[in-house]
Amino acid sequence: MRLRKRQRLMALGLGLLGLGTATVLVLNAFDDSLVFFHAPTDVMTTPPPPERRFRLGGLVEEGSVTRQADGVTVEFRVTDTVTSLPVRFTGVLPDLFREGQGVVAEGTMVAGVFMARDVLARHDENYMPKEVADALKAAGQFKPDPPALPRTRP
Amino acid sequence: MHRYANPARTLRIVSAVYPWTVGVTVLGLSIGLVLALMLSPADYQQGETVRIMYVHVPSAWLALFGYTVMAVSSAVALVWRHPVAELAARAAAPIGCGFTIVCLATGALWGRPMWGAWWVWDARLTSVLVLLFLYIGYMALADAFEDPERGGKAAGLLAIVGWVNVPIVKFSVDWWNTLHQPASISRLDAPAIHASMLWPLLTMTIGLFALFACLWMLRLRAELIERRNRVLEVAVAEGAA
Repeated sequence: MRLRKRQRLMALGLGLLGLGTATVLVLNAFDDSLVFFHAPTDVMTTPPPPERRFRLGGLVEEGSVTRQADGVTVEFRVTDTVTSLPVRFTGVLPDLFREGQGVVAEGTMVAGVFMARDVLARHDENYMPKEVADALKAAGQFKPDPPALPRTRP
Repeated sequence: MHRYANPARTLRIVSAVYPWTVGVTVLGLSIGLVLALMLSPADYQQGETVRIMYVHVPSAWLALFGYTVMAVSSAVALVWRHPVAELAARAAAPIGCGFTIVCLATGALWGRPMWGAWWVWDARLTSVLVLLFLYIGYMALADAFEDPERGGKAAGLLAIVGWVNVPIVKFSVDWWNTLHQPASISRLDAPAIHASMLWPLLTMTIGLFALFACLWMLRLRAELIERRNRVLEVAVAEGAA
């Protein structure tokens, strides 16, 4: 009886080991399609075919946001601190869209400019009350963890 | 472990523990909700919307915890033929499924104002949706057989195999570029969340974990009594024949 239990335990352990290995291999193989967006560096090194729609993600570069005369078209640069790409978008930006914060845009590259159809804001993992943030800023001590940078291809 | 294989003894333990879980649930949720919805501050980026976190994050933890409870119970049931463990797994499934639905619903309500989308197919959101389908699949499979023991065995295997999804949910935000932000609390550095928001979150977490325990005890008791009734019915039928 005890032997049968040990056999079942062994079978379960081996099964899980095999399953775990298979999962790791599959996830590694599909790594490129499991990412939600691509970093600017990846887009520069391996440019997607023209007219192909994809998502570009990173941080909105500080001081890069400019509004066109029509009032609804916005231009900004998305950066992963190594490379940055210009983005043009016509429409309503999400509330959290601001310089230095994460952003994910969906669209196509046209003549070196990413024409975005959709822009999503990416929130970082820092939470704090407004008063604390203001007090830290006033004291020059405002150093939240920088928003996570997008992963680039190894 | 085999001390708890006796259903009558398990029933006694469940009845003794149950009132405590109810007490902690009532206390934790009443303090937690006041802290989370009224006394905690608004976030410097997200404003009042951040209050969704106090329900969303514990629900997500419980969705993963519930599945792990189910998978471990199923493994014990399969390897040691433990009769109560299978019932414990069955009892955990709808509760974990409920928390998964709460997590997805509050996440959508949070994503719309913050990200600008109710739903995106990024690795975190998609893997949580898969978790929901695993829960539903488990419950469907467990009740799909005339003989509840065969159903329990098949569903138990599904629960164990499906557990590979749990680390995928947890680490999806670190392995791949996702729209969902990385972890604020379970990381190597100090939590990236201010103490005035961390305490409400932890209180809500205690309350909701106690709620999970309390519902689990209730459902386990129901499963034990139902199984006993079935045995008695069979015995009566055989006696009459």
